[in-house]
Amino acid sequence: MRAKSLDILLTFFMILAALLFLIPIIVTIADSFMTSGEISANYGAMFNNMNGSEQTYISENVNLKLIPDEVTVSQYRSVLTANPDYLVKFWNSVRLTVPITLFQLLVALLASYGFSRYPSKLKGIIFFAYIILMIMPYQVTLVPNFLVAKRFGLLNTRSAIILPAIFSPFSIYLLTKVMRRIPVSYIEAAKLDGANELQILMKIYAPLCKNALIAIGLLIFIDYWNMVEQPLILMSSDEAKAMQPLSVFLAQINTQDIGLAFAVGVVYMIPSLLLFLYFEDSLVDGIVSSGGIKG
Amino acid sequence: MIFRKSQCGRRREKIFSNICILPSLAGVMIFFIIPFGIVVRYSLVNNPVKKEYVGMDNYKALMQNDAFRKAMQNTAFFSAIAVPLAVILSLGLAIILERNIRGKSVLRTIFLSPLMVPTASVVLVWQVLFHNNGTINQISEMFGREPVDWLSSPKGQIAIIAMFLWKNLGYNMILFMSALSNIPKDILEVAELEGAGGLYKFIHIKLRYLSPTILFVFILSMINSFKIFREVYLLTGNYPHNKLYMLQHFMNNTFNQLDYQKLSAAAVFFSLIMIVIMAVLMILESVFGKDVES
Repeated sequence: MRAKSLDILLTFFMILAALLFLIPIIVTIADSFMTSGEISANYGAMFNNMNGSEQTYISENVNLKLIPDEVTVSQYRSVLTANPDYLVKFWNSVRLTVPITLFQLLVALLASYGFSRYPSKLKGIIFFAYIILMIMPYQVTLVPNFLVAKRFGLLNTRSAIILPAIFSPFSIYLLTKVMRRIPVSYIEAAKLDGANELQILMKIYAPLCKNALIAIGLLIFIDYWNMVEQPLILMSSDEAKAMQPLSVFLAQINTQDIGLAFAVGVVYMIPSLLLFLYFEDSLVDGIVSSGGIKG
Repeated sequence: MIFRKSQCGRRREKIFSNICILPSLAGVMIFFIIPFGIVVRYSLVNNPVKKEYVGMDNYKALMQNDAFRKAMQNTAFFSAIAVPLAVILSLGLAIILERNIRGKSVLRTIFLSPLMVPTASVVLVWQVLFHNNGTINQISEMFGREPVDWLSSPKGQIAIIAMFLWKNLGYNMILFMSALSNIPKDILEVAELEGAGGLYKFIHIKLRYLSPTILFVFILSMINSFKIFREVYLLTGNYPHNKLYMLQHFMNNTFNQLDYQKLSAAAVFFSLIMIVIMAVLMILESVFGKDVES
């Protein structure tokens, strides 16, 4: 009996915690259907002191509002049609994130295969160097990245961000851990059937790592979809600012055009959220299999 | 050729597996390792053109730089609190979810979802929550507490710790859930038969088996903790309150001044700190996890 009442208590606690976790997402989505008048009435006070404007708002409190008085898609209409700026920035994000994700996965698939087959001392040393590099934060790696970009004249172009990102070793680390657990017997069997190394890679390793590849792909995608540090340093010139992704630009929208901010926020989270909901099981499975348990 | 066919094939396979590493290795050399060598060199010379060796002067100057010290302190303070919290709380969530609570899979989805939400999308809500006249202050006023100026006071650290946990707990929780389910049941049963209490089982059996995962989660959380600049930048911009001035702010400002010596010294110094932390963690894990390696 005691265990049962504890479970009820814990369930209650977990539901509460889950609601807290959902608040930022739900509020953003709900408020994206408000009229911009309602938004500035409720949230406008936030920027009162910032721009020093003389505008007066209904209350000086900032009221978190969950249910719009009037449901409208006018925010979305302005974002999608009236103001092309946001769509351009969104497209900028796509043009940075998609090539990074695809090419990093490709490089990682090859390299992890190389690391997990025929281990040698030299490979071990290189892999260890990758682990050291992996733990280095942007505060360390952006300095060498900047020097290379400057040397090759890539500063203020997309390549300055894309090229180093393709070779980020994090995905190799995770994927190698998964590949090392593939039983040798699978490979032996394939070899008996006359498969060559490339076929073993594409027909055995890649499918067996499918979930890990999806999970790592999602993690790469969201990390760069969310990027802030790199554009601020590698694409900082005035012309390059036009190519910066929406993740950097959203901070400025919030102060300028608060009536649209929620809709832009929703538009920006749709791709990653859809990917998440669609691939959730693969993501969980991939996180677990690359997680070092039994690794 | 005296190689028998199978040996010859083996050799070709080995070469193939080496070739597979090459693209990655070339990229890592070009974009990280070689330029990092140059960074180390820049940190030891007086300027990039004259290149006169000045020993530790750049590092000494860096240590005396107030902005750098402030950035280091704030970043260290944040990580020192946020990372252990991320480990403990996610372990707690995983333990509760392991108890076969109803709606387990929905809860898992909800806790994991912030991972896939871009910070920029929800930053406005965080601003509303932590604003002077915002939601959290309104609630605490109902309980008769003084409002807190979250984003422009030392308490701002609490706000960014909350944002960090929100984003990272789910991922860590997944790792702990799978580690917990991998603890051999028979060992727990034997312990139970011998009259071990819940606390004893947790400390002497579960924690031992969890120690590799704890290390992994700790390292991941640490890596992520250095990305907190995103949240701070989106919330408060380039010039935040003193206590929210992070290492990345310092780096950005130094990039703007194009002060290569300072930048290089800072990068090298920080990389050394990371290596020391990693070494300590590895040693700790090898001490704690020793008994479990089978």
